[in-house]
Amino acid sequence: MSELQHIKDPHIVLPDGSIEKTTTTLNLGPTHPATHGVFQNILEVDGERIVSSEQTVGYIHRAFEKIAERRPLYQITPLTDRLNYCSSPINNMGWHMTVEKLLGITLPKRVEYLRIIIMELARISDHLICNSIVGVDAGAFTGFLYVMQYRELIYEIYEEVCGSRLTTNIGRIGGFERNFNDIAFAKLEKFLAEYPAVLKEFENLFNRNRIFMERLIGAGPIGADRALNYGFTGPNLRAAGVDYDVRVHTPYSSYEDFEFEVPVGSTGDCYDRFLVRNQEMWQSLRIIEQAYAKVKQFKGKDAEVYHADVPEYYLPKKEDVYTKMEALIWHFKIVMGETEIPKGEVYHSVEGGNGELGFYLISDGGRTPYRLHFRRPCFIYYQAYSELTSGGMLSDAVITMSSLNLIAGEMDA
Amino acid sequence: MDQDYIKQRLIEKFGEAVTGFESPYGMLTFEAPKEMNLKVLQFLYDDEHLKFRFLTDLCAVHYPDNKGRELAIVYLLHNLVDNVRIRFKVFSPINEAGAAYTADIYTATKLFEAANWLERETFDFYGINFVGHPNLKRIMNVEEMDYYPMLKQYPLEDQSRVDKDDEMFGRGGSVI
Repeated sequence: MSELQHIKDPHIVLPDGSIEKTTTTLNLGPTHPATHGVFQNILEVDGERIVSSEQTVGYIHRAFEKIAERRPLYQITPLTDRLNYCSSPINNMGWHMTVEKLLGITLPKRVEYLRIIIMELARISDHLICNSIVGVDAGAFTGFLYVMQYRELIYEIYEEVCGSRLTTNIGRIGGFERNFNDIAFAKLEKFLAEYPAVLKEFENLFNRNRIFMERLIGAGPIGADRALNYGFTGPNLRAAGVDYDVRVHTPYSSYEDFEFEVPVGSTGDCYDRFLVRNQEMWQSLRIIEQAYAKVKQFKGKDAEVYHADVPEYYLPKKEDVYTKMEALIWHFKIVMGETEIPKGEVYHSVEGGNGELGFYLISDGGRTPYRLHFRRPCFIYYQAYSELTSGGMLSDAVITMSSLNLIAGEMDA
Repeated sequence: MDQDYIKQRLIEKFGEAVTGFESPYGMLTFEAPKEMNLKVLQFLYDDEHLKFRFLTDLCAVHYPDNKGRELAIVYLLHNLVDNVRIRFKVFSPINEAGAAYTADIYTATKLFEAANWLERETFDFYGINFVGHPNLKRIMNVEEMDYYPMLKQYPLEDQSRVDKDDEMFGRGGSVI
């Protein structure tokens, strides 16, 4: 006899022939505040314990790959903004680098260092959001509120460089749209001076906080072999103990010139993911400091270099367009999308906020890509969510979701 | 491990079946008949020297003018130990319009969990039937959709069309 017979509610009368279910189906999402984005999880729960789950994605699918087949190269950059919108500069740079690889453009060192500064700032802002949201989901709002002003400072630096904050469209094929101004450098210095103390305090708030540890340790764990099989990359893979980092394995944009460590975890649970992201912020700070020191070494004429000399693809300065014939011609050709791109097939990947962000670009020699495929880390590792949460508590599922740093924009493309 | 070694091992194992070796932008690329996709993937996975055990990416490409080889399925594999990437392609003819699927390919989900959603995405956009896939249904688009939108016969909307009411799209129209 099942134990459930004793607790059967006499008021519930089921129609003949129906099978009594002992589990409940629960929809977490698509628009639940705890999902931080448009995700639907159809959970089968037994009390508070998740028996199985199924994920639905695609609520904000925008057909970027199809749209990209009709756009000239520089018009694809705004599409990449909207992948992982917490760190759009990395996406933008990844796209520019893919195109530069296809075209065979090499950049001056100063430009590469400036790019690294921007990319590492973006990584910090990405991890900052993720980790502080993990705090919020564990019931600690203070950290989130406290670090937000430094994300704001990072956004102000973007603003000085490109004029926008969230969907940045930063940089151009061949470099930056303009040189960093003094305000940008002043803000960067302010950030470098003040942020370590803030990050330290953020860690003090959480790392050894008893309640926080109890909530995170053992929640949503994954082993290294399963993580690799699921195609995990980035902080989530490193938390499982695999030291794979695109910046180290396939250095791009002169990452090989910098000294930094790749932090790894061991259990692959939420707590390790949290710690790995925190450590990565320290390493990003190290890289920015080194890069800024290198940038400062360029003096005189060299300090004014902010793009490579590729007139076919790099939009000329506006005053040149009005005064010089050649600049006018290039401007027209670029804006009208009349520059043909060489035939080729290229894959380039960068270490995005969430892992290996890849761009697979096939060009048939026309004006637009023949095929463009984004390897979106979020989309690939979200498959594991069912395995990560099954058998655990419902509240762990929420915290696992935020500690994986799932970004709807990156998932759906 | 250099590219010649990988090429030599593949030819030793599969002989004439693996073809089209090239390395665009430094990445070894080759192809095999579509019936052999799993055999090649399994060999690359199991071989103790090759160790291509990480599926980085999987996608399809449509070449409508390439008669008999209209659809390409591209696997991007990574050997994380030696840090080598390769690109493996299989080509398939496309079924006639009106067929439920555009092509049939064996699924790689038994080898790589990562292939699950990537294959669903490829099915969703190109209509490729991954034979043996545990849950082959649309992932990004609505399930009622009756065509495969990334095929080249479906062009994007003409951006210069004028028959749309601009007011509905927040452009032009009456100013209050």
